[in-house]
Amino acid sequence: MNLFEYIRPTSVAEAIAAAGEPGSAYLGAGTNLLDLMKGGVTSPNRLIDLTHLPDLGKIEQLPDGSMRIGALVKNAALAHDTAFSKAYPAVAEALLSGASAQLRNAATVGGNLMQRTRCAYFADPASACNKREPGSGCDAIGGENRHHAILGWSESCIATHPSDFCVALTALDATIEIEGAGGRREVPITDFYLLPGDTPHEETVLEAGEIIVAIKLPANAAGFAGHQRYLKVRERTSYAFALVSAAAALEIENGTITEARLALGGVAMKPWRSAAAEAALAGLSPTREAFEKAAEAAFADARPSGENAYKIELGKRVVARALAMAAAGTPERMPALPASPFASDTGAIAHV
Amino acid sequence: MSDTISLPGGNARFGSNSGQPMTRRDGVLKVTGAATFAADNHPDGMLYAVTANATISRGRVTSLNVEAAKAHPGVVEVITPANRPPLAITPEAKPYPFAFNIEVLQDDTVRYAGQEIAMVVAETLEAATEGARLLAPTYEAETARVGFDDVDSFDPDAVGVGAPPVAEKGDIDAGLAKAVNRISASYETPAQYHNAMEPHAMVAQWDGDRVTLDTPNQALVMSTGAFGAWFGIPPENVTIRSPFLGGGFGSKAIVFGGQVLTVLAAKMLGRPVKYALRRDQMYGPVGHRGATRQAFRMGMDAEGKLTALEHLTTSTTSTFEDFIEPASNASHDLYASPALSSRHKAARLDIGTPGPMRAPGEASGSAALESAIDEAALAAGLDPLEFRLRNYAETAPMSDKPYSAKALRECYAQGAEKFGWSKRPMQPRQMKDDAGRLVGWGMGTALFPAPMFQAKAKATLRADGSALVETAGADMGQGAWTALHQIAADGLGLDIAQVEFHSGHSGLPDGGIAGGSGHTATAGSALHAAGKDAIAKLTELAVNDEASPLFGAGNIGVTARDGRLHRADDPSRSESYGEILARAGVSELGGEGQGARDPSSAEEYAMFSHGAVFAEVKVDPELCQIRVSRLVGAFAAGRIINPRLAASQLYGGMIWGIGFALLEEAVHDRRSGRIMNANLAEYHVPVNADVPPMDVILVDEDDRYVNALGIKGVGEIGITGTVGAIANAIWHATGVRVRKFPIGIEALLAETSAH
Repeated sequence: MNLFEYIRPTSVAEAIAAAGEPGSAYLGAGTNLLDLMKGGVTSPNRLIDLTHLPDLGKIEQLPDGSMRIGALVKNAALAHDTAFSKAYPAVAEALLSGASAQLRNAATVGGNLMQRTRCAYFADPASACNKREPGSGCDAIGGENRHHAILGWSESCIATHPSDFCVALTALDATIEIEGAGGRREVPITDFYLLPGDTPHEETVLEAGEIIVAIKLPANAAGFAGHQRYLKVRERTSYAFALVSAAAALEIENGTITEARLALGGVAMKPWRSAAAEAALAGLSPTREAFEKAAEAAFADARPSGENAYKIELGKRVVARALAMAAAGTPERMPALPASPFASDTGAIAHV
Repeated sequence: MSDTISLPGGNARFGSNSGQPMTRRDGVLKVTGAATFAADNHPDGMLYAVTANATISRGRVTSLNVEAAKAHPGVVEVITPANRPPLAITPEAKPYPFAFNIEVLQDDTVRYAGQEIAMVVAETLEAATEGARLLAPTYEAETARVGFDDVDSFDPDAVGVGAPPVAEKGDIDAGLAKAVNRISASYETPAQYHNAMEPHAMVAQWDGDRVTLDTPNQALVMSTGAFGAWFGIPPENVTIRSPFLGGGFGSKAIVFGGQVLTVLAAKMLGRPVKYALRRDQMYGPVGHRGATRQAFRMGMDAEGKLTALEHLTTSTTSTFEDFIEPASNASHDLYASPALSSRHKAARLDIGTPGPMRAPGEASGSAALESAIDEAALAAGLDPLEFRLRNYAETAPMSDKPYSAKALRECYAQGAEKFGWSKRPMQPRQMKDDAGRLVGWGMGTALFPAPMFQAKAKATLRADGSALVETAGADMGQGAWTALHQIAADGLGLDIAQVEFHSGHSGLPDGGIAGGSGHTATAGSALHAAGKDAIAKLTELAVNDEASPLFGAGNIGVTARDGRLHRADDPSRSESYGEILARAGVSELGGEGQGARDPSSAEEYAMFSHGAVFAEVKVDPELCQIRVSRLVGAFAAGRIINPRLAASQLYGGMIWGIGFALLEEAVHDRRSGRIMNANLAEYHVPVNADVPPMDVILVDEDDRYVNALGIKGVGEIGITGTVGAIANAIWHATGVRVRKFPIGIEALLAETSAH
């Protein structure tokens, strides 16, 4: 690990000023960044520790009914916040399906948004990676890529975004509150991440020095609370990243879907919102046929980036199942093994 | 000895020590953090070593930026092939047992990704790490060969540790020709890595021509000879301290290059040096379970009896050393067949040399054999248990020797009863749970040899009637010290609380190898014999002392119990050990013992532990995610010294079987040859959520031939049987036979429709 400077600012403004130094990196809990530093994947020369900033650790209900989550709130704390998990149960389910209890206790929600891909070639400094070293090439292409992207990839990069949390946030139209030298701004999460294109090293719309200060979930997202689920498929029952995951939310009135939300994880370099699938569902009865139609729509543009064609078929099945689970209703209690196909059958359905 | 750790005595319990489910003697030390593992030893002035490891699989190192590394603050020395001080032997010499051709910076050749190519020594771990990075090696790379199909196979001279590569009896073709039903099937198992929780580590400090090594080690005294050989000093000048191991699984029995380089660095720099592997560095230099391809042909007669069983394995090894996974040998000793053939081929790849990994040969071989037997049972139209019973071997099939003891029928019966096997439908895809998941049941037979090695021990009776017992054994975390302590106490006729137990130090009598599932039997026999020897000497004192109530009992005999000698014909006449010693004016009385198998028994009998494993899996019918939902294992392994620890070992083995069946695989990039998942996030082993409710049944077995105490072993057998049972359950749930491990979503997805 290179020698680096460690700074602990006491205000956001101070942090932003400190980040003016090239080669600076913001440090949250470090559950991802420190691993990357130890592996020689990234070598910042200045770490700016954000975890002591004041006022970023709150979960607040705003007057307009939306909910604002400070960037330093821990994943576990948010998942177990009663008001939050009641309003946005799929987000809580996604959070609890990620990592391990120990990591969730440490990890911050702002850091979760900024976690890097799990592409093994990105994590291996001896491999070519356009994301790690622009212009060096992509060894994932033609390599071991069974877990790689099937949507939105480019000839420069076939990596995926690993977050579960962000998938559920994307389905529910979250916005990200950002502060930089130029002041505060808000960006919808659907616009926050960039697809790789020719510049896979550019991953988000954050400008140099900008900090995520909060995540907001809109009031109307709570309208889906009775019918929203997160489903995550993987080989290991827990403590593994998704092969494919889906956050599905439905509004159902008189047996008809009035509005649907669908976002996918593990398929692209951003949490993948599928407007086509959502449109395909509007006005239909919540039937298996409708869900399969939506699944086809969600993957209409999918193509394998290597030896991962199976993920397209798997993804369709995940979407159909997630929609069926959402239609069946949000369980009253968080199931054991949240988001797993082996989640306990809790029986009782909430909000219906 | 001041630098061994004294373990607290056990709780007083009624009855004997052996057979009691005592908790681990070292448990408190571990949960309170008082247990010192090798890397916890930080002598004054200690330096930190970090190796640079090759990122190509084949070729040559063309440059290392030694200047940049040396210029980094804190870096003390950079050792490369250009300046490496001489060693007393070359890697090819291999003058000690279990010697492998290892990497000691002998040249600039790269033979596998992950090979050590330089060592940087610095005042801090961080400086050494950055120094190693700054070396920025350049290479002349040749095409990496890391897959079976990249090379031609060859006929090895030996497999495993010196075993013959071919064993045959009867005529396979004739057996197949007369068969009513036949199967042929091929299976594939991937490279797997030990991934002990504790990384390999070494702290080396020299004092003149003597060196002390803190390093986790499964073969303490043997290793003193190995390190002595590398440095041209006698074994007694090498002290190895290994009080605790955080798992070994075979990978800490064999000396590897980084250890030798650490000792060398300490000598070169005149300061203690510590070297601890990073997790990714454990994928290459410290062994692994080699990949296999296994092809079977089996024929069955009208009654479902095997007429031929052929098992051909191709195993991978490195380009410079042989460790050929002896998987076909799993077929030698289990199912009766008039024609039996087991053969091995090998393929040299640009990989680190494989080595023994928990149940070497047996784990991979059993995974494939038990799957093939399931296919054979189906072909014969028989329930898999019934098929196994019809092919039950009354004598060892390849050698025709009688078994020393074999309670496998009881294992089948008790396991099947507990599991509810009789309700299993023959056909697949017949069972679902309430949530609509596919449910399948499968079984496998477990088999593992019951070897013994050589061990010595000492027992010392003290004036106060207590005792000290000593042997240089190794506890990998499974509780060996506790079981050995129990046996030692019984040898002395003392409660365990009265017996102090020292182990884990090479200065003690040679405790042998903690491997082959033979440590308890071997070191335990030595400890028991040492206790008996001390008691015999004590008896001599008593029966010849006119003042003793035991005077003259020499011909009648005495028994040692609860710290007293009793006349055999009149137990009311007794005297305490302390009283006997005090009157004789003896402050300490020593005994010695050895553990080894009676050669005639070894020649006459086939000696194995047996078991039967039953698995239930659930599979999501559309998403194809798999979860083991129930495991029952019934094992017969001779006398069980500590049922709690034995069951725990068996649970651990069975859980390892879950990993083998469903998760574990090192993924090589086919171009660079590098392992792309060399970390615990991406190389998957089971987590708690993968582990179902499990039952372990310890089936009673009295084996009079393995050793005087009747002890076999339980360290490795749990993996065998389990892998096949899970694979067979997946077939039973889905109707899909996956012949490539690990079995995962992708393989099932292609075979199942979405409806």
